[in-house]
Amino acid sequence: MAINWFKYSSPASFYVLAGKMIPLFSIAATILFAVGLYIGFFVAPTDFQQGEAYRIIFIHVPAAWMSMFLYVMMAVWAGIGLAFNTRLSSMMATAIAPTGAMFTFLALWTGAVWGKPMWGTWWVWDARLTSELILLFLYIGFMSLQAAIDDPRRADKAGAVIALVGVVNIPIIYFSVKWWNTLHQGASVSVTSSPKMAATMLTGMLIMSIACWMYAIAVILIRTRTIILERERNTAWVSELKGVSS
Amino acid sequence: MSLWVIQRDLLLAMRRRSDVLTTLFFFIIVVSLFPLGVGPEMNMLRTMAPGVVWVAALLASMLSLGRMFSSDYLDGTLEQMLISPQSLSMLVLGKAMAHWLVTGVPLVLMSPVLGLQYDLSTDALLILTASLLLGTPVLSLIGAIGAALTLGLRGGGVLVSLLVLPLYIPVLIFGAGAVEASTAGLGAGAHLSLLGAFLLASLVLSPWATAVSLRISME
Repeated sequence: MAINWFKYSSPASFYVLAGKMIPLFSIAATILFAVGLYIGFFVAPTDFQQGEAYRIIFIHVPAAWMSMFLYVMMAVWAGIGLAFNTRLSSMMATAIAPTGAMFTFLALWTGAVWGKPMWGTWWVWDARLTSELILLFLYIGFMSLQAAIDDPRRADKAGAVIALVGVVNIPIIYFSVKWWNTLHQGASVSVTSSPKMAATMLTGMLIMSIACWMYAIAVILIRTRTIILERERNTAWVSELKGVSS
Repeated sequence: MSLWVIQRDLLLAMRRRSDVLTTLFFFIIVVSLFPLGVGPEMNMLRTMAPGVVWVAALLASMLSLGRMFSSDYLDGTLEQMLISPQSLSMLVLGKAMAHWLVTGVPLVLMSPVLGLQYDLSTDALLILTASLLLGTPVLSLIGAIGAALTLGLRGGGVLVSLLVLPLYIPVLIFGAGAVEASTAGLGAGAHLSLLGAFLLASLVLSPWATAVSLRISME
């Protein structure tokens, strides 16, 4: 059975599809968060070096992963919107930015809370921390540029250019602990070698990552729906929607 | 084609010399403020010098970005450039180079004198000047993207700093790092090579991105 993907590039049909998908992703996120937190707090063993404080890893690492992943997704959607002039892709990019900024802030915040007992300081100017901070600035720059432009089409395109220029930063963050010998520890998980942590810790972290992912999708879809309504408020299909009065 | 734009922009800048001097004096004042703020301890000033000079150069270059396209935008010249049969990227490259010649080069020439205020050694002064010489064109090229995107927006001046300063950070790190590495006896070669790499990459990519941004802003 062939699915007509182009059908869902129209805001009107995507609005309905997103409405159906939001409950699924929300429920998945809730269940996974519950399981992940249970494993994180009660099942995973205490670390022999870091004691109980290491448990912040269950939110720190997923948040850091999501911050980078969402930026790439934002740049990809913005790029598609710029190249093919598809309205929905640009709306997705706009919807992703606040969630990405939130995860970046969360990664920095939990990192600071973790750094205080481990390194004895809230903040060090090491390569990974600095480049994560730049990532936060890039998100803020993207959002404020879009907010400053009144015409939504121009806002989409201008945001796309700045998002694509900023994407240079992502490999720098990812490889910073390899390129520079810094205080931040190296990657604990990699595809090519066996993980350097206990299996239950790894399971907890992966479940939390998927939970964050599901949460991000649900929130982004809700925000996309809002943006669709806002931009298409003068069209016939919106005025025919139940529960929406213009 | 780029040469023609450079020549024209330089002529315009010469007719309005005060704009050029304002940027230069801003740079000098910012650099001179730091010893007054943190105290005249020479050892501390010597370690601070490269960072202070570089941050001041970043700010000075950024403050003058607004002028890069705005006057041409207001009098309609930019529109003519957009519809001309010439490659817009080359025109933009010319404008960025003119911006560098007007704001970047005076900073580079002034930096050894300011370095003396901070008691830098001759070697360090040489490296500082070399790093600024390689780094300031990158600032103009990256800044052109921000200037083009914020063209004609309200509050464009503050917005351009939000867009452009995060992208300046790598240049700042390696520019100031070059001087620190050379005073630490490690040699500045690696840092200067990276700055050169930034320059080449931005020479290729930035005019193109700026041209795209200008078309978005002008449509």
